[in-house]
Amino acid sequence: MINLATLWSSLPDYARATVWILVITVVLIVLVALLTLWERKVIGWMQLRRGPNRVRIFGLLPGIGQPFADVFKLLFKEVVVPANANKLLFRLAPMIALIPAFAAWAVIPLSPEVVVSKADAGLLYLLSLTSLGVYGIIIAGWAANSKYAFLGAMRSAAQMVAYEIAMGFALVGVLMASGSMNLGTIVNTQQGGVLAWNWFWLFPLLVVYFISGVAETNRAPFDVAEGESEIVAGFHVEYSGIGFALFFLAEYANMILIATLTAVFFFGGWRAPFEGWPGLGGTLLGAPSFLWLFAKVFALVFLFLWFRATFPRYRYDQIMRLGWKTLIPVTLVWIGVEMLMANWHIGPWARAWFH
Amino acid sequence: MLIEGLYFLFAAILVLAALGVILARNPVYSALLLVLCFFTSAAIWLLLEAEFLAVVLVLVYVGAVMVLFLFVVMMLDINLAELRHGFTRFAALGVVTALAVIVEIAGVVWVRGFGLDLAAGAASQPAGYSNTLELGTLLYTRYAYPFELAAMLLLVAIVAAITLTMRRRPGLKQQDVSAQVATRAADRVRLVRMDADTKQ
Repeated sequence: MINLATLWSSLPDYARATVWILVITVVLIVLVALLTLWERKVIGWMQLRRGPNRVRIFGLLPGIGQPFADVFKLLFKEVVVPANANKLLFRLAPMIALIPAFAAWAVIPLSPEVVVSKADAGLLYLLSLTSLGVYGIIIAGWAANSKYAFLGAMRSAAQMVAYEIAMGFALVGVLMASGSMNLGTIVNTQQGGVLAWNWFWLFPLLVVYFISGVAETNRAPFDVAEGESEIVAGFHVEYSGIGFALFFLAEYANMILIATLTAVFFFGGWRAPFEGWPGLGGTLLGAPSFLWLFAKVFALVFLFLWFRATFPRYRYDQIMRLGWKTLIPVTLVWIGVEMLMANWHIGPWARAWFH
Repeated sequence: MLIEGLYFLFAAILVLAALGVILARNPVYSALLLVLCFFTSAAIWLLLEAEFLAVVLVLVYVGAVMVLFLFVVMMLDINLAELRHGFTRFAALGVVTALAVIVEIAGVVWVRGFGLDLAAGAASQPAGYSNTLELGTLLYTRYAYPFELAAMLLLVAIVAAITLTMRRRPGLKQQDVSAQVATRAADRVRLVRMDADTKQ
C-alpha cells in the first residue's frame, strides 16, 4: 500500500493547494446545507415548534434529509427568466454573488498547518472580496427589470457600502494589535489563552465588526434588502429554481465566512482557550487544532440564528443611522484608545515578542 | 513563460474591456466592463508582484467607487442613442485630443526608455519580501508630509462636497430621533384595569 503521508508531502505546492481548495469548497457547500436545517430547527425550538422533522435518511434523525430534498427540488424546478429582463446579467448575477463568498477562504488559516495562501495582504484581500458581494445583488436587482427587485438592490447597495466602512475601521484596530495583515500572523500574535485573544482588548471593535458582519450579509435584523413585508423578496424576487438556490448558498456561505473571520480576528482562530493555563495547558485542551476554530465558528453562527429569532427588522433610516452615526464613531474612538495603549504598552502591546 | 502567457491574456481582456466601455450601447454594460478593466489591471499588477496595489485597486475602485457609479447609472436610465446624436460634430476635436495623448504617452515611454532594457521587466523579489511593509515604510517616513498633505486635501474635498450637496428643503418631514429613543412604554400604551364581565 502506498504511504499516503509521503505521497501527500511529495506533491508539488500547487497540487496540494488545489486539493485543499476542492476540499474547502465541497465541505462548505455541505455545511451550508446543514446550516439551513440547523437554522430552521433552532428557530423552531425558540418558537416552541419542532422545525422540519419529516425527511429522514435511513429512517434516522428526523429532518436531516430536508436540506438535500430542498436542493433537489430547486434543481429540478424550471428557471424562469422574466420577459423584459436582461438575460445575460440575470443569469450571471447569482454566480457573481457566489464567487466572493468562496474565494475569501483562500487566505483563512484553518489550522496551524492548513492555509491555501499565506498572502501578506490577506486582510485587505478579505476586505476587497467582502465588498464585491454587493455586485451580485445590485446586478440581480437591476437585470430582473422589476421594481421590487430594484428597490431591494438599492437598499442593499447603500447598506453594504455604509457598513463596509465600519467593518474596515474595526479591522484597522485588529491590524494595529497584531502588527500584520497576514491572517496567520494575526492568529499567532493572539497566543496565550482566552484573555490574550483580541476580543478582550478590542471589545468595542468586536461588537462593531460582528454587527457590521450581520448587516453585510443582509441577515435579520438588517435584511431590508429582502424585506418580505414591503418588497416581497427584494433583489431575488424574480429568481426561481437554481438561481434562487445560488443566492441562498451565497448568503449562508457568507454567514459562515463572517463567523470564521470574527473567530480569526477576535477569538484566536485555531488557538485553544486553555493554552498556557496551569494544569490544562499541557493537555489536549491546550493544543491548537482545527476543532477549536470549528467550535468558535459554530457558536458565532448560532448568534446569527439567534438574532433572526429575536430582533424585529430595523427600519431603513435606522440602519443608516446606526452604521454612520454609531458604529463608525465607536471604531474611531477605539482606534484612538489603542494608540494610547500602544504608547503605554498595555494589553497586546505588552506582549514580549512585540519588542 | 507562464507569467508571460497570463500577462498577454489579461492584457487582451483589458484592452477589449476598455474598448467595450466606450462602445457599449447600454451604460450599465459600460460600468460593468469598467469593473472588468479594474480587475484585469489588478491581475496584471499581481503578476508584477505589486500585491498591495492590486488588492487596494480592487478594494477602492471596484468595491466602493464603481458600486456608486452603478448605483447612479442604474437610477438615471440614460438613453445613449440620444446622447450620441450629433456626436460627430466633435469628431475633429476628439481626433486631435486622441493624437495628442498618444504622442505624449509615446514621448514618456521613449524618454524613460533611454538606456533601459524595457523588455526585461521589473526584477523579481526574494520570497520573504513584503510589498505592504515596504510601501508603509516609505509612506510614513520618506513621504510622510506629502502623504499627510494628500489626506488633508481629501478631507477638504469631503467637506466641500458635503456642503455643496447639502440643502435644506422646507416642508421635509424627518424623524426626531431623540424623541423616538426617549419614548417609554407608558407614553404609547395605557393599561386599563376593568372588572371582568359577568353573564347576566
